[in-house]
Amino acid sequence: MQPFHTLSGVAVPFGASNVDTDVIIPARFLKTITRAGLGAHAFATLREDPANIFDAPRNTGAPILIAGDNFGCGSSREHAPWALADMGFRVVIAPSFADIFAGNAFKNGMLLVALPQDQIDRLLMVAADHEITVDLENQVVTTPFQDRFAFAVDPFRKDCLLHGRDEIALTEARGTDITAFEARLRPWVGGAARTAA
Amino acid sequence: MTGPRTLYDKIWDDHVVRRGDDGTDLVWIDRHLIHEVTSPQAFEGLRVAGRRLRRPDLTLAVPDHNVPTTARDLPNPDPQSALQLEMLTRNCAAFGVELITMNEAAQGIVHVIGPEQGFTLPGVTLVCGDSHTATHGAFGALAFGIGTSEVEHVFATQTLQLKRARTMRVTVTGTLGFSISAKDVALAICGRLGAGGGTGHVIEYAGPVIEALSMEGRMTVCNMAIEAGARAGLIAPDAKTFAYVAGRPRAPQAAALDAALAYWRTLPSDAGAVFDAEITIDGSAIAPLVTWGTSPEDVVPITGVVPEPGAFADPSKQAAAAASLAYMGLTPGDRLDGVQVENIFIGSCTNSRIEDLRAAAAVAKGRHVAAHVRQALVVPGSGLVKRQAEAEGLDRIFIDAGFDWREPGCSMCLGMNPDKVPAGERCASTSNRNFVGRQGPGARTHLLSPAMAAAAAVTGRLTDVRELMA
Ligand code: SF4
Repeated sequence: MQPFHTLSGVAVPFGASNVDTDVIIPARFLKTITRAGLGAHAFATLREDPANIFDAPRNTGAPILIAGDNFGCGSSREHAPWALADMGFRVVIAPSFADIFAGNAFKNGMLLVALPQDQIDRLLMVAADHEITVDLENQVVTTPFQDRFAFAVDPFRKDCLLHGRDEIALTEARGTDITAFEARLRPWVGGAARTAA
Repeated sequence: MTGPRTLYDKIWDDHVVRRGDDGTDLVWIDRHLIHEVTSPQAFEGLRVAGRRLRRPDLTLAVPDHNVPTTARDLPNPDPQSALQLEMLTRNCAAFGVELITMNEAAQGIVHVIGPEQGFTLPGVTLVCGDSHTATHGAFGALAFGIGTSEVEHVFATQTLQLKRARTMRVTVTGTLGFSISAKDVALAICGRLGAGGGTGHVIEYAGPVIEALSMEGRMTVCNMAIEAGARAGLIAPDAKTFAYVAGRPRAPQAAALDAALAYWRTLPSDAGAVFDAEITIDGSAIAPLVTWGTSPEDVVPITGVVPEPGAFADPSKQAAAAASLAYMGLTPGDRLDGVQVENIFIGSCTNSRIEDLRAAAAVAKGRHVAAHVRQALVVPGSGLVKRQAEAEGLDRIFIDAGFDWREPGCSMCLGMNPDKVPAGERCASTSNRNFVGRQGPGARTHLLSPAMAAAAAVTGRLTDVRELMA
């Protein structure tokens, strides 16, 4: 995972609520076997409109997306954050996020910033013409004006993002705990599936 | 933890490998189901890092999302689907994972086969790279959908780093009326909570209506927990649960079963356990429901009308409702009863079990699919459901009524295989999502119960099944 500290750049003022994972990446594009290349199909339905916000020259490759509440609802497909990342997004700012999407985004080094709707409205306005800055260390979003919007972030996720840590390696470091737990498993839990001889 | 605990608390406490000081616990996973769409990148990750699967004996694979529902002996018409299916076979062989292949009777939708095989058990933690994993919560299992990075994490460590969720109890009181099914209960809950109402929560469903449901019905209710934003839904295991589980191929047997039963009986929430949120729904008041919009919360009784977007309090919901209506080709004030449909889909992990097929067949029997209906698919949830239905003669009822009787899989629920709804056409669907483009680009989905879907098939219109069957 790539470390994340501070990022300044164009923020796409999208603003829509309840953006579900079928909107982010329609099911017909899920037939991939690798993580890369999904950006071309991200928001495919919206991007059929030539005047769509994502293909405006100023917005292509922008690192920040601003959306409405319940962003990422729907399926557990990790193709959603892969597609967003492949478009260039590293931060999504919205009033709220769907749980599974939030976990998936984090695991792909993406920072999700939840802010109240009035601050989102302000950012949507500013972002139309100005870059905004997201500072993870200090947990604050700023604009070229006087705006300073503090946000909360889970300490574990913050630490992983700041240092670009691999979560599996972190868990593997707990190997003794896992082995000890495994030894106490209830007797009917193991052996539910056939294993290779 | 002391004091009265909820079912969720008990399962959680029993699976914590290591408590984190920041609220993130390392949690053991007892059961891992995988399918072809969300696993290839996880296997790729293992390969790149040189990791192995920690517990293949707790991992079971089945292809479902992409599989054709017709002519399985022919080559797959879609090379990308074929590649994804082929990768599942190759990855399972390489990493020692048991695969139920497309041509076995046990194959089916991952959330149908888990319980059917006795892989799903009360009190276990169960995950799958699919958001409808909550289905398995019907057994009192803590079951939830995970992303592909988490699939990889479970492969490598058989654990997940998780934060405890808040708890919500949804109590459904009273008794269900004539022709009202578990699907109507699930839709009623989505309508009441809204698509985000359960976010951050695990829902425990309780009350007389839930207790009276069969295991199939309970699975339907838990299946749609995610449609209310909850990552998992749970129902306390009881005698019905145990009767369903006992004797399944992978369930504990003999002495192990007795030991398991003794443990499972300790699982239900203690009297006096406190939930972070409590919701009560009057089950006696639930009418057959249909969706009018593009979110599962957009439910209205079949006797109702399409709402006026301006009637919603929340301005963002007003805009969403207006956009939904434009997409759905509906006008505020339109009666739902009588809206013409061209496609019927009876299937999906929500409603493809034997009881669902029986309910649909009871309506289809002696009737015929309306002339203008382009396709009316019945897609059993698994090969075993299909076999059971055929033994009961349900296939003949459907075929005689003009339905297509298909091979098991996800099919038109998400249209990754050739089963799609053409753009601009309507589908009366027993699946769980009516999102824009879900059943095919431009497809207009109305979610409803199996009996209501069959009623729509024979009349060619959204129809109150109570009147048809009166
Ligand atoms: S039937 Fe539909 S909702 Fe269920 S697992 Fe398949 S695609 Fe997902």
